[in-house]
Amino acid sequence: MITIANYGLGNILAFANVYKRLNVEVSIAENADDLKAASKLILPGVGAFDHAMTLLDRSGMRKTLDDLVLGKFVPVLGVCVGMQILARSSDEGRLPGLGWIEGQVKSFRSLDLSETPPLPHMGWNDVRPVSSNKLFAHLESGARFYFLHSYYFNCDRDEDVLAVSSYGTDFSCAVNARNIFGVQFHPEKSHHYGSRLLKNFAEL
Amino acid sequence: MLRPRVIPCLLVRNGGLVKTVRFSDAKYVGDPINAVKIFNEKEADELIVLDIDATSEGADLDFRMIANLAVECRMPLCYGGGVKTVDQARKIIGLGVEKVAISSAAVENPGLVSSIADEIGSQSVVVVLDVKKRLPSADYEVWTHNGRKCTGLSPIEMAKRAESLGAGEIVVNSIDHDGQMKGYDLELATRVRHAINLPMTMLGGAGSLADIGHLISACGVVGAAAGSLFVFKGTYKAVLINYPSASQREELISSALGDRLFQ
Repeated sequence: MITIANYGLGNILAFANVYKRLNVEVSIAENADDLKAASKLILPGVGAFDHAMTLLDRSGMRKTLDDLVLGKFVPVLGVCVGMQILARSSDEGRLPGLGWIEGQVKSFRSLDLSETPPLPHMGWNDVRPVSSNKLFAHLESGARFYFLHSYYFNCDRDEDVLAVSSYGTDFSCAVNARNIFGVQFHPEKSHHYGSRLLKNFAEL
Repeated sequence: MLRPRVIPCLLVRNGGLVKTVRFSDAKYVGDPINAVKIFNEKEADELIVLDIDATSEGADLDFRMIANLAVECRMPLCYGGGVKTVDQARKIIGLGVEKVAISSAAVENPGLVSSIADEIGSQSVVVVLDVKKRLPSADYEVWTHNGRKCTGLSPIEMAKRAESLGAGEIVVNSIDHDGQMKGYDLELATRVRHAINLPMTMLGGAGSLADIGHLISACGVVGAAAGSLFVFKGTYKAVLINYPSASQREELISSALGDRLFQ
C-alpha cells in the first residue's frame, strides 16, 4: 500500500489519482495511525521550507515517519519541498530539516553564474539519471518533468545523486540514500513520464 | 534544456467555459472539466484557468470548482480570479493548485504579493497584468476589474515592482489583442521580458502556431498562452478543443529558438 502523508501541503489527490489509474492501492494518511499500514510513503509538498517543516511538526506524524523510514526502512519518496526537507537545512528557511539525506538546500542565486537564469526554474526540463536505477527504469532518454522551484538539493556525497538536470548549471534533481528517495520535479503533474516514475516507485 | 511552455488559458464565467474578444462578448464554449480532460489526453504543458466573474462581480471564490479542476488536471495548474487575501491563496494551494494568479488585488495592494509569497513561496505567485495601449500616445497601461478600470500605471514598472515584491511569474495579457487571433503584441512582450528576470507568459492574440513561434523567437524561453487558438477551429470559429502534438511543439520550439537555450 502506497501511503501519501497529508500534512497540509501539496497535491495529495493528484498522487492518489495517478495511482488509481495505475491500479495501485493507495491511501491518504491524515494522522500518525493512518501511516502504520504503509509499505511505501510519499511526502508531497508545495511552498516554503519552514512552512513545510512547521506543518509536518504540527501534523503529529513526525515520530511515526522517523520510525517507519529510519527504523523499518520503509521506502519514502519526497517531492519538491517534500524532497528538500529530507536535507539538514535550507537557504530558504531557519528551521532544521529531517536530515534523512546528508545535504543542504541551496538557492540558485547563491551560485556564481555568469548570467543568472530567470528564477524560479519553471517548466519542463530534461532529467538525466547518472546511473541506471530502478526509479528511472523504462524512462526513455529525453524524459522530461515539470519543475517549479528556486532552491535545489546539494548532496554532501556524490553517490546520493540519482539524476541531474541543467538550468544555468547542473544540479541534482533526484536523490537517494538507502530507502529514501527525493525528486525536485513534480511527477504527479508530468504526464506519462511522471506516471512511469511513480509506477517504478510502487514497484521498488 | 528548459522549454518554452505552450499554455491553454481557459476563461470561466458562472462555472462555464467562455471565450471573449477584447475582454467582451463572452461566448459560451463548453464545460471546463471536459476541456481539462482533453488537455490531459493531449499532455499540455500547463494550464491557466481564470474566473472572469470573480473579480468584477466581487463574488466569493468558487472553491468547489477550483477543487474539481485541481483533481481532474494532470498538468500544472494556475488559477486566477478574485484572489484578494493570503487565506484564499493558501486555501487554493491546499486544494492542489500549483500557482495562484493575482491581478486587480496585486495592483491595488502590492504588499499582498509579498504576504502571499511568504506563505506559499514565490514560485507559486503569479501576477497577471491586463494591458491596453493608450491612443494616440501608444503608451501601455495596466487595467483592472476585467478591463473596466484604468490604473494609468505602466506595465513595465508594475512588472519590476511585482518581481521585487516576490512574484514568481508575470503573465502579460493584452486586452487589445484578446480574441483577435492575429498574433501577440511582440513589442509589449519584449519590453517586459527585458525589464525582469522572472518567468514570463504572454496571453492575447495567438491565432496560429506560427504566432507562438514568433513570440519564442522574440523572447526566448517564454510561456505562450492562448485561449481562442486552443478552443476554436476554422474560419467560423467552431468550438473544438485542440492542442499541438509533442512533435509539432518540438519542431516549433527548435526552429523558433535556434541555439538560444537556457542549458
